[in-house]
Amino acid sequence: MTGYPESMQESLRLVEKTRPDRVGKSFRAMTADEKDQILRDWHPDFKEDQKRALRIGPSSGQVMPHEVANILEAHTAITPSEIDLTDVAYDVDVLIIGAGGAGLSVALLAQENGVDPDSILMVQKLRLGDANSKMSQGGIQAADAPDDSPVIHYLDVIGGGHYANKPELAELLVKEAPDVIRWHEELGVMYDKLEDGSMQLAPGGGTSRKRMHSCKDYTGLEITRVLVDEFLNRGISYVEFTCAVEFLMDDKGQVAGAVLYDMDSDEYLVARAKSTVLATGGFGRLHIQGFETTNHYGATGDGIAMAYHVGAVLRDLDSTQFHPTGAAYPEQIIGQLCTEKLRTRGSQPVNKFGELFVYPLETRDVEASALIRECYGRDNGIVTPTGMRGVWLDTPLIDIINGEGTIEREFAAMLRNFNKFGINIREEPMLVFPTLHYQNGGVEINTHCETSVPGLFAAGEVCGGVHGKNRLMGNSQLDLYVFGRRAGRFAAERAKKASVGKLTLGHLDRYEKWLADAGIETDRKAPILLPEYRGKRTLEHQLKLL
Amino acid sequence: MMDEKESDMVTIYVMGKRYRVPGSLTIMKAMEYAGHQFRRGCGCRGGFCGSCATIYRTKGSYKLQGALACQKIVEDGMYIAQIPFSPAEKRIYDLDELRPEAGTFLEYYPEIARCLSCNTCTKACPQDIMVMDYVQAALRGDIEEAAKLSFDCIGCGLCAVRCPAEIVPYNIAQLARRLYARYVVGPTEQVLKRVEEVEEGKFDEEIDELKGLDRETLQERYETREKRL
Repeated sequence: MTGYPESMQESLRLVEKTRPDRVGKSFRAMTADEKDQILRDWHPDFKEDQKRALRIGPSSGQVMPHEVANILEAHTAITPSEIDLTDVAYDVDVLIIGAGGAGLSVALLAQENGVDPDSILMVQKLRLGDANSKMSQGGIQAADAPDDSPVIHYLDVIGGGHYANKPELAELLVKEAPDVIRWHEELGVMYDKLEDGSMQLAPGGGTSRKRMHSCKDYTGLEITRVLVDEFLNRGISYVEFTCAVEFLMDDKGQVAGAVLYDMDSDEYLVARAKSTVLATGGFGRLHIQGFETTNHYGATGDGIAMAYHVGAVLRDLDSTQFHPTGAAYPEQIIGQLCTEKLRTRGSQPVNKFGELFVYPLETRDVEASALIRECYGRDNGIVTPTGMRGVWLDTPLIDIINGEGTIEREFAAMLRNFNKFGINIREEPMLVFPTLHYQNGGVEINTHCETSVPGLFAAGEVCGGVHGKNRLMGNSQLDLYVFGRRAGRFAAERAKKASVGKLTLGHLDRYEKWLADAGIETDRKAPILLPEYRGKRTLEHQLKLL
Repeated sequence: MMDEKESDMVTIYVMGKRYRVPGSLTIMKAMEYAGHQFRRGCGCRGGFCGSCATIYRTKGSYKLQGALACQKIVEDGMYIAQIPFSPAEKRIYDLDELRPEAGTFLEYYPEIARCLSCNTCTKACPQDIMVMDYVQAALRGDIEEAAKLSFDCIGCGLCAVRCPAEIVPYNIAQLARRLYARYVVGPTEQVLKRVEEVEEGKFDEEIDELKGLDRETLQERYETREKRL
């Protein structure tokens, strides 16, 4: 019984044949020079024709993928003259936009820091907790092992990020990590433990210690659902299927809430707030360079577009994370995440001859580049019936190395999701290829999670600076809670002192002027809110009569 | 790359309406192919969020089945309806004041005692979780069993809409897991110790030193750092 077509069987036999010899072996890690070279030659970030310098606003001149520049060099999605700013639907102290791991942490901490649950409002484009946070599989980093320390974690973060991180943010990330785990356990998150009660820890690509805490391969799911449950217990106000489409400003030049959009009724709602926190996540659904993505349906980069409309400074958007191992077969799940934990527990990438070709735990940018080179530079990839190329991720090794039953115990999600499409990863490898995974850059923040615009805070993937030009596995989950909690604290503090003046959408007129001055003529609008996957025929024949 | 040869197409009925779609697609992608743009009923698209719960019947079968739209391939003659929301009340509690025992479940979700052991919930679960078994475990106060058996739950709600006793199993599961982690397992010593050390400033000096290094020296430190994996 095999889940792969005849055309891929010959290569599968070679993988099986070489497997016994590969147990306990590894390909050597690259030197610093080799890493530089392979990134320049094969990483999608380095394709000059796939990016451009932004032409407008405070971060003009910054280079970024065309797909990202396209949503920034675009008109606002709303018509300001249609919005009645005197008709205030919500008047709150803290407005939180986005209900993933970061947004939920903001809400809990804002409440703990003295904001009444009724004076907090969380809005979410989809359901409470529906976010990339929930899809994270492999784990969360925290240097709590006896042979580890935040200092070692810091060095891993900075080197992995190619020294481009904002040092004071990286420092907070590693120093507050143990307290995040403590907080989670107090809230009732079930981390994987060893018999003696200590944490079960694994390495990750680019880590120098075993530092990955996990909840099987449902780490993000487990943490998010606990936070959602706690959020509901606290009675904090929220509205689902209602997103922010633009920030509001006031006559003092502060951000003062947002224009909301009810996704069910199509009506707009004005939400006035003393502190506004952006926690909308990333841009995977922009499909940079046509890549498939691991990301949630809602990850359309709304946050950076809205933040740029009020003039928030951006950074590091020239670097995008491609996860080395997205599914390349079967067709139905192309691009979906095959967790890095599979490699940390012993599976190896192998080519069509069943040969090793890369150290399995390089940083993600280097590992992804090596997979692309193997498929397109050396033609050692395996071609699927639809023409997709990939390499094998030899998963049966996990049980061979760690004992029978390991996959079933630790990779329930992977085993289940591949089984549904006829592939048993205990017996056969997965076919993988890099997939668009994470927005490394974003809105710039300081240690208080303040953006460059007064009144606007940000936390989570929408921000840039924490991870530099490349994020390590397990540091995005960590980022959500470290900076989400900080943003909640500081947004609450600000709300106690701030007062809101007369509301305005004047910044959108300014934005139109930036576009006109730069000679940008386009019918693009942002934020885009949802990706477009409808059939071609439907779109070609579309009328909007209702 | 989508193959649209007529021989590869199947007929599906979305809320009764007939569409021809490629037979290799998941329910979710088939609905999009047919022209639907999801606002509800679509989330992670990868089997992790539970927002695309769907019920269906296939041609010639009396069985009403459940699936995640992102994880199930369409079949010829399939009748489909999504259930993007299941009406259910989550009870409010303060975890700090709960006790890990059967009485807690009976206090917050007394309807749990109505369980008929009919196993309908288990059959409805797209994650193949032993739902009835964890409900029964909670009922007899076996928190560990309830927490572990329910761990892979993504909260899609299909168990709750099928249960003849009108129990909402996934809410009980959430309570069981939080009780288990908080009270049965408890905090981890190494974590508490490290939190204390950070608060005492034990690592500040070394991190400050790294922050003060020039790029070249920092890179040297990184490339030559000791690895213990």
